[in-house]
Parts: sequence; structure tokens; C-alpha cells
Amino acid sequence: MSSNRKIWAWRRENGRIGVRNHVAILPLDDISNAACEAVAAHIQGTIALPHAYGRLQFGEDLDLHFRTMIGTGSNPNVAACVVIGIEPGWTQKVVEGIAKTGKPVEGFWIEGNGDISTVAAASRAAKEMVHWASEKVREECDLTELWVAAKCGESDTTTGLASCPTVGNMYDKLVPLGLYGCFGETSELTGAEHLAAARAATPEVAEKFMRTWQAYQDEVIEAHKTSDLSDSQPTKGNIAGGLTTIEEKALGNLEKIGKHVKFIDVLAPAEAPAKGPGLYFMDTSSAAAECCTLQAAAGYALHIFPTGQGNVIGNPIMPVIKVTGNPKTVRVMSEHIDVDVSGVVRREMTIDQAGDKLIDMIVRTANGRLTAAEALGHREFVMTKLYRSA
Amino acid sequence: MSIPQLLVHHRGDNVGVVVVEGVTAGQTLQGVVLDGDTDFEVITNHDIPIGHKVALTDFTVGDDVIKYGQVIGRIVAEVKRGDHVHTQNLKTKRW
Repeated sequence: MSSNRKIWAWRRENGRIGVRNHVAILPLDDISNAACEAVAAHIQGTIALPHAYGRLQFGEDLDLHFRTMIGTGSNPNVAACVVIGIEPGWTQKVVEGIAKTGKPVEGFWIEGNGDISTVAAASRAAKEMVHWASEKVREECDLTELWVAAKCGESDTTTGLASCPTVGNMYDKLVPLGLYGCFGETSELTGAEHLAAARAATPEVAEKFMRTWQAYQDEVIEAHKTSDLSDSQPTKGNIAGGLTTIEEKALGNLEKIGKHVKFIDVLAPAEAPAKGPGLYFMDTSSAAAECCTLQAAAGYALHIFPTGQGNVIGNPIMPVIKVTGNPKTVRVMSEHIDVDVSGVVRREMTIDQAGDKLIDMIVRTANGRLTAAEALGHREFVMTKLYRSA
Repeated sequence: MSIPQLLVHHRGDNVGVVVVEGVTAGQTLQGVVLDGDTDFEVITNHDIPIGHKVALTDFTVGDDVIKYGQVIGRIVAEVKRGDHVHTQNLKTKRW
């Protein structure tokens, strides 16, 4: 595997590289979705990011809302951004946060204007952004300048045998060369948390990881469970695929971080990594759309998604590459699979070869190939909410 | 060897994973232990879907099930070598 592979990407004002060139129309809150969708329907080359929240949130949950909004607009796959909210205060806060990247961003608010006037004004701004963004050209960049996150879903026993070790092999090859990586799924490391902690770069990071994992156990799982979670974690799909317990699922999940690379920090949900190149753990839910949305908001430009039974997840701004090692899933759900590593379970392909095949697909996707999820229109944008609103 | 039907992650694991479709009761499965690259055979007692586990030893209630060299749960109903190991006889030790 060549260590100096190049990709063609857009270099943004802050130096980060993006592999897509979206003009995003971002609602601050649920009630601004309609206006954003109207702008996106009117102005070609834009994408609306409707979601369910943004009203009456407070405290840590509100901080996460702003971090996710600002992070999404700041992602280097977004060339420029329109923000629409119901009122100017919080709208401007998101605009100012995104503006720190140096990219074009404008805010609009509906109170005192109404949807129609707001949509007209936002459409004019979005149209100018589309002209501007569509003249930006890709330039040659190092592959290892990319930020590549990973999360697995609808896992089965082939995930731990083939697709997750494939991702791990990619990280073992590219992280030492400067790639930013990210894994999460706090609750889904249960049963393998001791092995995850052992992969922290320092005792302090290991301790931070264990604190984060224990807090999820205590504050989320134990505080709210009504059973042993056997109907939720593992999921029905996991069980159909042969996974029986959370421990078994977690051990397969952790194969995603390879055999050698260590993680250098523990991130809050949607927190941008700040310790330089390396692998990061992020405290996330194990639900695919929530985790991907948080990783995109942290700045990750590309996502690798190993699946066993065939999770069909996508993300509106971050290409999601699907990898499977399950020959049945390749046969019955081929339209969702970008990288077939089922040769691993047939012993026709080594993990090293599978990792190289994935890196090839990362390069092709970065250069512009649409993923299966992009071609099929999967744009799941799901905010994580920590508790009920005030 | 030909394409394996059963894969075992680690030496010492007491279950393996069926990696082909259509395994039926009474079938002799060709298995491979991945970390030693060693071959073995086991006769299944049940029809077992792709991705599901086969017992490589006899278990009694309370025994640990080992996969990846790690404990993945405890046996809650007696299991014979060749049996299908899943939610009917294996439970988490967490939650």
C-alpha cells in the first residue's frame, strides 16, 4: 500500500479539506424546517437539513444542540451555509459559530417576516452561494489529510470476522501517517470496555474513557432501563444475524480500531478533535444516524460503516461507505454495499487485502464517486437529545 | 482446503460461527481456527443459519461461553457439542 496516495478535494478557508461541495440550508429549529426545505426546493445545488429540535432546550443539551448545528455548518464538505431560525438570537449564534471557519454563511429569521419573505431572501443568498461554490475546484491533497470516522450497524458475527477488522486494518495503515480517525458507540463497547481502555494512548485517556463509559451505564442505561435490554441491544437484526449478547457484539465492534493504533482523546458528542492527527473516541449513542450526525458535526468528512445484516444509513453532508463481509447480504442487498469483503469469510481474501480494498474505495469516494447511500438518497440527519426540553 | 463452513476466532474459544448458508442438522462442518490456521470438523445437531454459533464442546448451566478469547455470556440451558448456541441457551452477564 502506497503511503503517499493523493486525492482531489476542496481546500476550505480554514485549511481543512472537504470531499463534497454542499451549500447547506440549515434550520436552527424544527419550525424552520419548512422554510429551509422551500429554499432547497427552489435553489438547485443546495441541500436542506431538517431535524426535530432546537426549541426550549437548556443546559448541556442546548450546548450539544449548538455544537451540532455549528459543527455541521462548519464541516469542510459544506462550502457555504444558510441558517434559518424562528428568531434572530440563536440564529445569529449559529451563524457566528460557522463564520469562524471563514466560509460564506448568512442567517435569516421568520418572526416579523413570515415564511414567504424569509424564503425569498434566503433563496437569493443561497443562489449566490451556489454560483460561488460551483466555481470552486478540487485540488490535489494527501489522502491522510482526510478525517475518516467509523461506526458499525446492523452488525452480525461476520462484522467481527471481516468488515470491522477491515476498517481496523485501514486505521492501522493510515492513522500513523496523519489521518484523523473516530469511533464511538459508548454503550456498545460494554463487554469489551476493558479492551477499549487498554487501547488508550495514556493512562489519563484510559481513565477518561472509563469515566465516560461508566457514566453512560449509570445515567442512560441503568437510569432508564425496564429490562435487560435484550430487545434493544443487541437489536433484533443483530440477533437474526447470530449475535446473542452485548459482550459478543462489543468485541466485534472494537475490531474497528485495528490491532495497533491507540486513541489519543475522548470527545464529548459532536466535539471537534483538538489534539492533532490520530484516532479519537467520541461519546455517542450506538444508533447509526445519531452517531454519524455527531461525527459529521465534529468535522469528519468521510465515514466508513461496516454492516452485517445490511444497515442502509446515510448522512446528508458526509459520504458513508458501506462495507460488509456477509455473503448473504452481498447477495440480497447489493445496492447498499460499496465494499464487499465477504472473501474474508471464504478465506479467499486476507484482512490486509480487505483493508487495501477499503482504502481504494476511500480514495475513489473522496475523488467524487457517490456512495451507495448517496445514490439511494439516504440523508439521515438525527440530532442527539440528552433530555426533555424545558 | 476448500471454503470453510465454520470459523473460530481464537484457540480456546468454545463456539464457532457458521459462514455459509444452508447448514442442516447432521452435517459435518469444515472449520478453521483463525489465530492458529488449524482445521477441524464438527457435526451439527441443528439447522443453523449463516452467522449463527455452533457449540464446540458440551456445556452445563452456568458455564462461560468464550469467543475472541473473551467471555460473551453464560449458558442457561444444557448444550451439547454441535448444538446451535443463541438466545435460547446463552445470556449476557451484563445489564
